[in-house]
Amino acid sequence: MAGGLFNQLDQTARNLVPFTVTVLAMLVGMVPLPLPGYAMVTVPFMLMCLFYWVIHRPDLLRPLVVFAIGLLQDLIGGTPIGSTSMVLIMAYWLLITQRRFFLGRSFVMLWIGFALVATGAAAVQWSVFALMTASLLDARPVLVQALMGVALFPLMAWLLQRLHRAYLS
Amino acid sequence: MRIAAPLWGMVQRFYFPLLILGAAALMMIGHVNGGAVEQARTRVTDAVSPVLNVMSRPAASVADGLEYFRQLVDLHDENARLREENSRLRQWEQAALRLDAENRSLRSLLSFKPDPAARVVTGRVVGDPGGAFVRTVVVTIGERDGVARGQAVMSGQGLVGRIVQVGDWSSRVLLITDLNARIPVVLESSRQRAMLAGDNSDHPLLTYLPPNSEVTPGERVFTSGHGGLFPPGLPVGIVEIGVGGKPRVVPMADLSRLEHVQVVDFGTVGGVAAEATQPGAMK
Repeated sequence: MAGGLFNQLDQTARNLVPFTVTVLAMLVGMVPLPLPGYAMVTVPFMLMCLFYWVIHRPDLLRPLVVFAIGLLQDLIGGTPIGSTSMVLIMAYWLLITQRRFFLGRSFVMLWIGFALVATGAAAVQWSVFALMTASLLDARPVLVQALMGVALFPLMAWLLQRLHRAYLS
Repeated sequence: MRIAAPLWGMVQRFYFPLLILGAAALMMIGHVNGGAVEQARTRVTDAVSPVLNVMSRPAASVADGLEYFRQLVDLHDENARLREENSRLRQWEQAALRLDAENRSLRSLLSFKPDPAARVVTGRVVGDPGGAFVRTVVVTIGERDGVARGQAVMSGQGLVGRIVQVGDWSSRVLLITDLNARIPVVLESSRQRAMLAGDNSDHPLLTYLPPNSEVTPGERVFTSGHGGLFPPGLPVGIVEIGVGGKPRVVPMADLSRLEHVQVVDFGTVGGVAAEATQPGAMK
């Protein structure tokens, strides 16, 4: 009987991997690095996690959970509350409808897909802030952010794939 | 449960639009009811700051290591420069001692009442979570260390920002480069007053200068103390002429590599500052 309980605990812990990894990615994105201009163009690790898990295991990263993670980011980050949730949910929506297209495609297709999602996320983020401040803001920070994301995507995807294979298959 | 099924179906069908609407509603609520959101921010930041504190240590160590090797490379030049600077500073020290003595004797003649000494608390920067459009940092000192909203935050060289949110053991600093930062300043030699307005770029703008005023690049900029939020005379930066001929200020503190900051308590905050330190300054 104890074995059954242990199995259940083990399974729960494994199922929590996508959530934990996404929250960790959010926190890692907040760590200050003493690089000039880094604070402005923080790599969107969280978006990469979202991209990976929604395509591979959407059952373990529910929209409502993603919404909550976005909310957490806004509360800690001082950004307008709900803005990150909106960006993430829009990305989720797009991904879940295009999921079948991405599954089983080559890595290059995934990469291009992520580039599109990152650009879209940057556009939504920019629009939200421009609306909130009622001014045309400099869009370069979000674009550089998206580019950094695209550049680091292969590394992150590899890491996530290792985690995925190790704990969830 | 049968009755609820169609309703549940509707919710399922419009799940994502509903969530997006929810996010939009939250943004509205945050805009209208700043106080409650501010409370939530404070609590959450307090809870997360220990985690950030731990996570930022390795990054800081790596950065220190890199810095160490970078310094090794130009150790010789640096040494020569420091020698030269040291001899120059010694001359200044003599001048300062002489002026200090003179100042004290003159003050005693005038029975001048000096400003109360400032109290300083030093904290570690553990997060710059704002992303592309918000310039804030989270530091590891809070209410129990005597930090209060509106206090000036300095690094070694100059003004960094001001406290906008205080938790029990963490607080948030709005940097002078943030879009919402406005600081009354004065130019050193012309005594021209101006408003330093952040625009998310690294070098904030000097605004509200009279049209005929002359701004010379290289002039130093200090807080003017108007509005009562900051005491006068805190060093802020150096004037430069930016793109399009707009006067900008290069901050003295390197805001991209803040590791430790000092929160300075200069005593009471009053006047217009009371309004500026009200909740809702950071919506």
